[in-house]
Amino acid sequence: MIHLLTSNWSEFISGFGWTLLSSVLALFFSLIIGSLFAILEVVPNKFLRIIGNIYVEIFRNIPLLVITMFFYLVIPLYIVKINGFTAGTIGLTIYTSAFIAETVRAGINSVDPGQMEAARGQGMTFWQAMRYIVLPQAFKYVIPPLGNQFVNLVKNSSVLAFVAGFDLMYQGNAIASQTFDTVNTYVIVGIFYLIITLPISYYMQHLEKKLA
Amino acid sequence: MSSMIEFRNVQKYYGDFHALKDINLEIDKGETVVLIGPSGSGKSTLSRTVNGLETIQEGQLIVNGRDIAERSTDINRIRRDVGMVFQHFNLYANKDVLENIMLAPRIVLKMNEDENKKQAMALLDQVGLADKAHNMPSQISGGQKQRVAIARSLAMKPRCMLFDEPTSALDPEMIDDVLKVIKYVTSQSDMTSLIVTHEMGFAQEVANRVIFMADGEILEDDNKDTFFNHPTNERATQFLSKIIKH
Ligand SMILES: Nc1ncnc2c1ncn2[C@@H]1O[C@H](COP(=O)(O)OP(=O)(O)O)[C@@H](O)[C@H]1O
Ligand SMILES: [Mg+2]
Repeated sequence: MIHLLTSNWSEFISGFGWTLLSSVLALFFSLIIGSLFAILEVVPNKFLRIIGNIYVEIFRNIPLLVITMFFYLVIPLYIVKINGFTAGTIGLTIYTSAFIAETVRAGINSVDPGQMEAARGQGMTFWQAMRYIVLPQAFKYVIPPLGNQFVNLVKNSSVLAFVAGFDLMYQGNAIASQTFDTVNTYVIVGIFYLIITLPISYYMQHLEKKLA
Repeated sequence: MSSMIEFRNVQKYYGDFHALKDINLEIDKGETVVLIGPSGSGKSTLSRTVNGLETIQEGQLIVNGRDIAERSTDINRIRRDVGMVFQHFNLYANKDVLENIMLAPRIVLKMNEDENKKQAMALLDQVGLADKAHNMPSQISGGQKQRVAIARSLAMKPRCMLFDEPTSALDPEMIDDVLKVIKYVTSQSDMTSLIVTHEMGFAQEVANRVIFMADGEILEDDNKDTFFNHPTNERATQFLSKIIKH
C-alpha cells in the first residue's frame, strides 16, 4: 500500500487538491446561495416565498449526478463551454445549497416568533430584524446540521469523477484500472477523504460546544 | 386632532374566524385606557392591530393621524411612535440588557451613540436595573425582563404604549415592581396608553377609561368610575364579580 501511494503520489495529491478546491468553492457558494433561499422562504412576500420553495424542492429532489450531467452536457450545448471540474462544482453547489436552505430555514423557524415581532414592533424592517436578531439566533440551531451538510458535500464531490473532474475519485479510478490493485487504491482514497471530513466534524462539534 | 388611536368600523378575520367585530373606538392623546375581557375575546388582537402586527380586513384604523390600512402608509414610521410590551417580554435573546435598549434607537432612529447610551442608562436607572446593564436576558428574572422591555420601548420616545397583559407571566412577588413602572409611564401627561390586564386594583388606579370586550366585540366603554360602580352590560358585571372575587 505504501508503494502504491508513493508511486502514484502526484496523482493522489492532484486528485486530493481538486477535491479540496471543489469542496471549498461549493461550500462557500452553497452557504451563500442556501442562506439566501432560506430567507426567501420566510419573507412576508408570498411570490418570493414561492420562488424560494420551488428552487429548494426541485434541486433537493433530483439526484446530484443528474444535475451535474445537466451542467456538463446541456449547458455547453447552448450557452458556454465548461469543463468537468466547473460543471461538477456548479452541480455540487446547487444541490448542496438546496439542503442548506432547508437547514437554515428550519433554524430560522426555531427562533421564537416573538423575537421578530418585538423587532418589527420597534420599527425595524424585516431585513434589519433578520440581520440583528433572528439570524444570529438561528445560527446556533443551524451549526450541527450544517456540519453534516459540509461533510456530505465533501463526500458528494466524488460526483466529479463522472464528468472528468480530476478529483480524488477520478484519480482513484484511473490508478485502480492501471495497477489492478483496487482494494488498496480505494482504501487510500478513503483515507484522503477522511483527512478532509474528520477535521470538519471535529471543528463543528467544537463550535457547537462553544456556542451552547 | 386630539385622538391618538381611532378605530372606525374595523373588522378583523383569521381565515373564516371573525376576531374583531365592527370595532369603533377613539382614544385621545394622553389617555390611559384599560382593556379587559375573558380569554379569547380579542384583546390581544385589538391591541396588536394598533401597530400593524395584525392586519385588519375592513374599516379604518387611524394611529397618530395616519390610516394603518392605507397601502401608502409606512408602517415602520408608525411603529416608531407606538411602543409595545408583550406578555412574554420578547427581549432580544442574543443581546445584553443595554444592547436591547440601544439597538432600535441606533438602527431605526440613527441616534448618536453617546446620546443613545446615556439615554439607555438613564432608562435602566429609572426602572431600577442599572446594575443589570451587561447581563443577558437569560440571566435576569421575569419581572426584571419586563422592566427592561418597558425601558426598551421608551427608548424610542413613543407617543403611545400598548401593554398586552404585561404581568400575566410573572410570579406574584414581581408584579408590583412592574406595575409601578407602568404607572409612572402612564402618568406622563403626553403619553397615551392602552393596557390589557387582569389586575383590577391597578386598573382602578391608572385608568381614565375601561373597555370590556367579549367575543370580538366591545360591550362596554365607560369612564373608570362608571365602569367599576355601575357597569351597564350584564356580561361585564358578571366578569367583574368573578375577577374581583379572586
Ligand atoms: N394567529 C391566529 N390565528 C387564528 N386565530 C387566532 C390567532 N390569534 C388569535 N386567534 C383567535 O382569535 C381570538 C381572540 O384571540 P386573542 O386576541 O388572543 O384573545 P385575548 O387576548 O382576548 O385572549 C381567539 O379565539 C383566538 O383563538
Ligand atoms: Mg391575549
